[in-house]
Amino acid sequence: MTADAIPQEDEPTAATEFWAGAKLSFPVIVAASPFAFLFGAMAVKNGLSVFEATLMSFAIYGGASQMVGIDLFGQHIEPWLIVLSIFAVNFRHVLYSAAIGRKLSVWPTIQQALGYFVLTDPLYAEVERKGEAGRHIAFPWYIGFGATLYVSWVIQSGIGAYFGNLIPDPHALGMDFLLPIYFFGIVLSFRARPNWLPVVIVSGIASLIAYKTVGSPWHVSIGAAAGVALVALLPVRQGGEFER
Amino acid sequence: MSTTVWIIFWGAVATYLTRIGGHLVLSRFEHVHPRVEAALNAVPAAVLTTIVAPAVLTAGPAEWTALLVAGLMSLRFGMLPLFLVSAAVLIAGRQLVG
Repeated sequence: MTADAIPQEDEPTAATEFWAGAKLSFPVIVAASPFAFLFGAMAVKNGLSVFEATLMSFAIYGGASQMVGIDLFGQHIEPWLIVLSIFAVNFRHVLYSAAIGRKLSVWPTIQQALGYFVLTDPLYAEVERKGEAGRHIAFPWYIGFGATLYVSWVIQSGIGAYFGNLIPDPHALGMDFLLPIYFFGIVLSFRARPNWLPVVIVSGIASLIAYKTVGSPWHVSIGAAAGVALVALLPVRQGGEFER
Repeated sequence: MSTTVWIIFWGAVATYLTRIGGHLVLSRFEHVHPRVEAALNAVPAAVLTTIVAPAVLTAGPAEWTALLVAGLMSLRFGMLPLFLVSAAVLIAGRQLVG
């Protein structure tokens, strides 16, 4: 029986929920694993030990911010600037946490504290998709997704740090472009939402301008803020999706 | 502790603050204004677009073909087939284009 492998006993469906969440994380693990390996390999190349590389995945758990972090480690930049850059890349989580906060607030505090620790772009997207379908977010389902992705990210980072130099041709394997494809698919899956197209266009253009002018970590926050500000300024829709 | 471990520690604290911060700040308000609600609903498309956009701009024919396939796949299929087929197209494209 699979049930005895899972600690939750308060709800008969907890094991099923956990497994359902874990299964949803598998495509994300496939998409993210090249980045975990790449992160580990690059971290060691930039002077981190295998332990430090794994610790970084264990404690920060934010792919893009970890990549930016080790990039700066290699350049001997002031420590506080590295921390600030990590914060900037991860700032988008403030928006995720605000958006799903009402759905998670029915959980006990410790579950919420844990839940926010494993909150990532793909998990956020899955929560929104489930919420879109009008379904309640169960902690076992959420942690099934979050913990599975988290554990594999940490382990794969460690493996990457160990064996990183052995990857023959990361480019030929499309490693650098798997996550953009994944996020593109998620963006497309939101197309039924009100204001979807204007938001995508404005955020896209604003992020590209920021990317070219301010530089890399900030294009995420600036571009997203532009798209969200647009919606805040547009007339609020009262009824159906396409009424004004 | 070494400087590196300290940077990782404070990076982790800063990151966790971003993950709980939105909820902690928002839960102080009893009612959420419709405009705030609409803005929050726009967050996923807005943020994920900004992650994709620069990658699209700096991409080449193999990547654009993969994204085009992803766009067409999204009309009929779910995430997993979309992802696997687009990734296969990308890898095949890179074998051809280099």
